[in-house]
Amino acid sequence: MPERPLFLERASFRRRRLGDAARILPVVAAIAALAPVWWIPRQLSFAAGAGWLFGLWAVLILAIWALHRALLRAEAATLRAESAVAESLAPPAAAAPARPDQGDDDHAL
Amino acid sequence: MPFETLVAGCLAYVVLMFGVAFAADRAAARGRVRWLDHPLIYTLSLSVYCSAWTFYGAVGYASRSGLEFVTIYLGPTIVFTAAWWGLRRLVRVARMHHVTSIADLISARFGKSNPLAALVTLIAVIAATPYIALQLQSVRLSFEVFATESPTGAAMNGATGGTGLWVAAGLALFTILFGTRNLAADERHHGVVTAIALEALVKLLAFLALGVFVVWGLADGPADMMSRIARAGRDPAVADGWVLRPDRWTALIVVSAAAILTLPRMFQVMVVEAADEERLHVAGWAFPAYLFAMSLFVLPIAVMGRELLPAGSNPDLYVLTLPAAAGQNMLAFLVFLGGFSAATSMVVVCAIALATMISNHWIVPGWLALRRRPAREDTEDLRGFVLNARRLAILAVVAAGWVYHEASGGAAALAAMGLVAFTGMAQVLPAMLGGLLWRGANRRGAYAGVGVGFALWLGLIFMPSVGIGHPPVLPSGVDPLAFSIFSSLTVNTLAFIGVSIFGFPDPVERLQGLSFVSAVEPIRYSRTTRGEDRAEPLLAMTRRVWGADSALRYFQAEAAAQGKTGYLPDLTPNFLTRLERRLAGSIGAATAHAMIDRVAGGVALTVSDLLQVADEAHRAKEEAQRLENATNELARTATQLREANDKLTALSVQKDAFLSQISHELRTPMTSVRAFSEILMTPDLSEEERARFAGIIHDEAARLTRLLDDLLDLSVLESGRAQLNVSASNLHDLISRALQAASATRSERVFTVDRDMPSEHVAVITDADRLLQVLINVISNSRKYCDSSRPVLKIRVRQPAAGGAAIDIIDNGSGIDGSRQKLIFEKFARLNDPARAGGAGLGLAICREIMAALGGEIDYLPGQDGAAFRITVPRRPPSGAVPTQEDAVP
Repeated sequence: MPERPLFLERASFRRRRLGDAARILPVVAAIAALAPVWWIPRQLSFAAGAGWLFGLWAVLILAIWALHRALLRAEAATLRAESAVAESLAPPAAAAPARPDQGDDDHAL
Repeated sequence: MPFETLVAGCLAYVVLMFGVAFAADRAAARGRVRWLDHPLIYTLSLSVYCSAWTFYGAVGYASRSGLEFVTIYLGPTIVFTAAWWGLRRLVRVARMHHVTSIADLISARFGKSNPLAALVTLIAVIAATPYIALQLQSVRLSFEVFATESPTGAAMNGATGGTGLWVAAGLALFTILFGTRNLAADERHHGVVTAIALEALVKLLAFLALGVFVVWGLADGPADMMSRIARAGRDPAVADGWVLRPDRWTALIVVSAAAILTLPRMFQVMVVEAADEERLHVAGWAFPAYLFAMSLFVLPIAVMGRELLPAGSNPDLYVLTLPAAAGQNMLAFLVFLGGFSAATSMVVVCAIALATMISNHWIVPGWLALRRRPAREDTEDLRGFVLNARRLAILAVVAAGWVYHEASGGAAALAAMGLVAFTGMAQVLPAMLGGLLWRGANRRGAYAGVGVGFALWLGLIFMPSVGIGHPPVLPSGVDPLAFSIFSSLTVNTLAFIGVSIFGFPDPVERLQGLSFVSAVEPIRYSRTTRGEDRAEPLLAMTRRVWGADSALRYFQAEAAAQGKTGYLPDLTPNFLTRLERRLAGSIGAATAHAMIDRVAGGVALTVSDLLQVADEAHRAKEEAQRLENATNELARTATQLREANDKLTALSVQKDAFLSQISHELRTPMTSVRAFSEILMTPDLSEEERARFAGIIHDEAARLTRLLDDLLDLSVLESGRAQLNVSASNLHDLISRALQAASATRSERVFTVDRDMPSEHVAVITDADRLLQVLINVISNSRKYCDSSRPVLKIRVRQPAAGGAAIDIIDNGSGIDGSRQKLIFEKFARLNDPARAGGAGLGLAICREIMAALGGEIDYLPGQDGAAFRITVPRRPPSGAVPTQEDAVP
């Protein structure tokens, strides 16, 4: 049986590291949103605070966007690599017969 | 703007919403769901988070507490930074189990326990009622702003007292029409979702338009706006409220992050209405961007409202009164529509979510419990009942909101009411997260956590908010809300973890725990089947939930998947598990489980079964290992077979060669015999000639006999049937006899024999005659083939450590080529030597067979300046050999 490989292809490796980034992002976001207010609440309560807050917010949105884009690309790359390997190893497998459970919602009444 | 125009515009908008919902439902019914399933529609539908509380309340909140309002949107943003691994997983697990609501998720995770779901439903209903009241109030207030024709909003009168009722009735109608059209196997409402997506757009556009008007119309652009905000901050009346308090800041971010996951309406649009987790790829950044856009202009509007509007104006209505006061009637109407959208979309989705929970966890289980009649099948239409229960629940939820609104008189500030709902639902979060992340979490822990959290929330937050009791009395500097949030959530979490640690969940719960935490398909378990064939009653039961057509279609598909014709599949664990999950999509996990229990028999699951199930992966691994071993074994066998086959082929070739060789060998003397006997038959032969020819015939016949003797000997030896005549002998005697016998061969040659007499006196137990035969053969060969002019035969006997003796017989001839050394022991492997005489080339082959029979061996020793053979004799023959003496013993 195929054991979990010790080392990964480049594509899979990159995808894993991007996955790590996705895991750490919420922690970074939470610290960035909480720590300054505990530190200097008064300075952040007015116009400067609004600038900081909305700037941080925009950065977070961009970070999620970029991360999702990179992750989707990395997944596609991994899939391509895997299918290339699979094709080189074996003839294309016949499509699995669809189970009734997997059908779309045909039980709406 | 005249009030009548406003009402007409509003009604037109409502008609548009009904039309959109109707069209979307029709499109979905025709299977055209592609654009309905677009990630942007999903993202926009998530904006139901921004209810009227956001639309009106955020500005009020900002004008009272400054930037603190942002916490409500920052929390969800932080949650959405975890969209990739967190939310996608939540959606995947929920879709896998056909979860219908947050209560259903928790109940399904903790062993399909309906009481737990009922408790969560209770919290949701209590928390949501003031929130719905808040929406109705905001709509009423916004109508009043126009009705009184007074932009201040201060001179409101009771002229629009009935608005709340009308709005509530309209919303209930919309929700019932589009929210309970069907009892889908997975609770998706395309019409409603599309309508609220459109409303989300209206909300956003209205708010952005107002923001742009405020920043660039009323103020002088962003720079001016920033200086106005800074100026407001220097106003001591404002500054005190605006200074951020870290404890509140943290508590509110935590609560709003929890709310985005646990609020019934958010769970409905984010999880239940999601077709798959893929749409979170877009929503992951698009929803935070929506929140960002909705929040961007809140502070400017609050600051401008404070500056421009008379003191005492309701800050919650700045968004309406600001454009109205500036004479921007169309903008005011757009904002009004935005607020109306925010309120209505929240009420509709919330009512659907709550009605699903109420009907699935309160009404249907209660009704089933009341109607429990053993040994008789219920024939009534459960589907109709469930749908009616939902309609009733929608009416009840909206009515409760309206009653609360009327009773409270709409006095409370909007923000406070929203936070009450948030903190209430946040009490579900520890059980939800624990259930998804920790396999050790169990039902008792969930009861304890949710129960304690619920009680603390009621006492610390909810009761004070409705005027019963007081907020906790705390030392100054500690914020009551932050304290209440932290204490209730901490105690909740500790109770949940603590009780979970000491509990031991039942098998169903442990299976569900595994499925939820590992995000794997639910494990199939068998049931103790009652009676012979329960497929038909099961079909009848399913028909009652889904209606005849769908139930028959599903059962037929399942039967076909099992390779059966007709409508009744075998009740395999697989099928029952799938059916239960699909039924759960209509009536909730707990009820579906209970109903299948009643018809198909209870779950036959013990802890040992569970261990077995848990062992399944391990066993699969072992099986794979076994298969791999078998494969290796097969490969080895194949290699062996191939080798055997090669050998057989070689043997066959050898046998053919042997046959042709032997025919040749027999033919040569026969030819001579025939030829000379023919000559003998001629009459005129001299006596001398006759004698010579007769001599030739005799010699050839003798050669023929020798050949046949050799062949017989070889065949006996090869077949292992050789009989050994074992006795003790001295090698010295044997060698001497061999030299004597071999001297007859080419007796004309004079050999110098080099012997080491003392070392030859070695006693061996062996067949002396056979060993002698080998020695004679080897020595004769030397005599025949040694081509030295002064031939020397060296004989040495050694005694190896292993016992026995090794006899080396070495001559000083030219020896045997390396390439031929391997061949000499083969049959007929006579070296191409003109000096051969009489030999058939079987001698060494026979020697080898004899030595094998004696348990020794004969080898050619290379590199000895001549032909050299080593004969190894063991001390005694192998035990397998059959000594002739023993043959005689009876």
